[in-house]
Amino acid sequence: MADPSPRTAVGLPGDTHWYDLPDDETDPTVTAEVPATPSTTRTASPRAGRRKAGTWFRRGAANSAAILLLLAAWEALPRLGVVDRVFVPPLSDDLAAWFGLVLDGSLPEHLEASLARSLSGFGLAIVLAIPLGLLIGWYRPVADFLTPVLELFRNTSAVALLPVFTLILGIGETTKVTFVLYACSWPILLNTISGVKSVEPLLIKSARSMGLGPVRLFQKVILPAAVPTIFTGVRLAGAHSILVLLFAEMVGAKAGLGYLILDTQSSFRIPDMYAGIITISVLGLLFNLLLVGVERRFSTWRTP
Amino acid sequence: MTGISIRDVSKTFQVREESFTALDGVRLDVRRGEFLTLVGPSGCGKSTLLDLVAGLAAPTGGEILIDGVPVAGPGLDRGVVFQQYALFPWRTAQANVEFGLEAKSVPKKERARRAREHLELVGLAGFEDRYPHELSGGMRQRVAIARSLAFDPDVLLMDEPFAALDAQTRESLQEELVRVWERTGKTVIFITHGIDEAVYLGQRVAVMTSRPGRIKEVVEVRFGSRAGDLRADPAFGEYRHLVWSLLRDEVAAAQAQERKAASVHG
Repeated sequence: MADPSPRTAVGLPGDTHWYDLPDDETDPTVTAEVPATPSTTRTASPRAGRRKAGTWFRRGAANSAAILLLLAAWEALPRLGVVDRVFVPPLSDDLAAWFGLVLDGSLPEHLEASLARSLSGFGLAIVLAIPLGLLIGWYRPVADFLTPVLELFRNTSAVALLPVFTLILGIGETTKVTFVLYACSWPILLNTISGVKSVEPLLIKSARSMGLGPVRLFQKVILPAAVPTIFTGVRLAGAHSILVLLFAEMVGAKAGLGYLILDTQSSFRIPDMYAGIITISVLGLLFNLLLVGVERRFSTWRTP
Repeated sequence: MTGISIRDVSKTFQVREESFTALDGVRLDVRRGEFLTLVGPSGCGKSTLLDLVAGLAAPTGGEILIDGVPVAGPGLDRGVVFQQYALFPWRTAQANVEFGLEAKSVPKKERARRAREHLELVGLAGFEDRYPHELSGGMRQRVAIARSLAFDPDVLLMDEPFAALDAQTRESLQEELVRVWERTGKTVIFITHGIDEAVYLGQRVAVMTSRPGRIKEVVEVRFGSRAGDLRADPAFGEYRHLVWSLLRDEVAAAQAQERKAASVHG
């Protein structure tokens, strides 16, 4: 007999692109922690609380040690002359450049342009890919019809298709948003399909035994069962929406963080380039944290 | 008046090119309000028969009548309890019990009241807001039983519901099931592979043959009184032995079938 716990669907094989963050695709269940049972919270004494704070602090220190080491090396190595400080300026120089860009108003402008592209591409991907994924996952004929095309396209790097987008849609905003939309659609689409397909058959049988027709079965069983898997896809898509900015803004952009990085590099404003890189990576990090939080809210029931 | 009437029911599956006869000419009448247990060697088609009564599959031949009406599909006049609980993990105990009531379009307030009532009936008052993964196996099965009782079916179909539980939990759930059955007067078909369980719970024990499954014999179980330790009653031992001897040949036959199948396919 099948295990009754909901299956944790890791995306389909081949679901990874080179620009995926290596940490989160491997195990989407890591983020879904078991909510504390009432009994454990009730027994927590102040001493246990202090001990908990202690472990929390130690873990925080352990987690940030590598980052702090990296930042220290970034500051020290160029100053010691180990690396060329023209190509890798010390961190403090880069941060000073960052403040300069904030103060003259150009960084907020780039950030706004990039966010608009990322969020609209990401939003459109959610609106389009989830219904399409549900359709493919639920209706066998649709799946049989579309699978070959999906297989072909998901094994084609989005970046390889960028020139095609440019040819067809021009060099304006449409191309950039469409490109983000395209890159974001895959993780959402594939996770939605696998979420619908991997619903525990016994749950379907149980719901059918209570006389549920196909429509209510879908609404009351398939959809809620697939939500955590869909959300894993949404979170990955969120990461992609920031990661692909650089490519989206390679052609015909006048503003944007990707444009900033490419432009400053070609005009040899190296500290400004690093300021752009720092901004884009912090932005990606924050966006991912936000989505992890939302995902956790939607899948509290999912046990590891 | 007959509750469930199974008339010459057969079921054949198509597995690749071969056809596979799971049930062949099953005849069984279950009285209204009766507790019938069904035992048989593994692979004899017990669960298939239950699926047919539940309307989850259609028989290849014969028919099943419930109160004289042929079964045409699943419905809320029958409740199914599965071995693996089949609770919806994203719903709390309360919301799980309400599921069948939603399917029956019971108003919201009434749903909440009836769900609470039935959770209390199975001894889970105070656990309404727990999710399935926060409950033990025994508690999950209680929720599943409450869910099936809440929409008030006439018939309760139970497919080895206590098989995955430890011995102590199983015994206490058996006792409670008898109590609930006495209170509600449902017709129950209870599949088990435990002879003790079959004799303890059933007013009658139906013994099935090895594949293709048929009803070999139906044993009427009567005790002078159910008070005290029923399992220590000498009559319990006699019934147990009777069912065991009926099953022994069938289990041997089923094992011979399995070995043959393994040597053919291996």
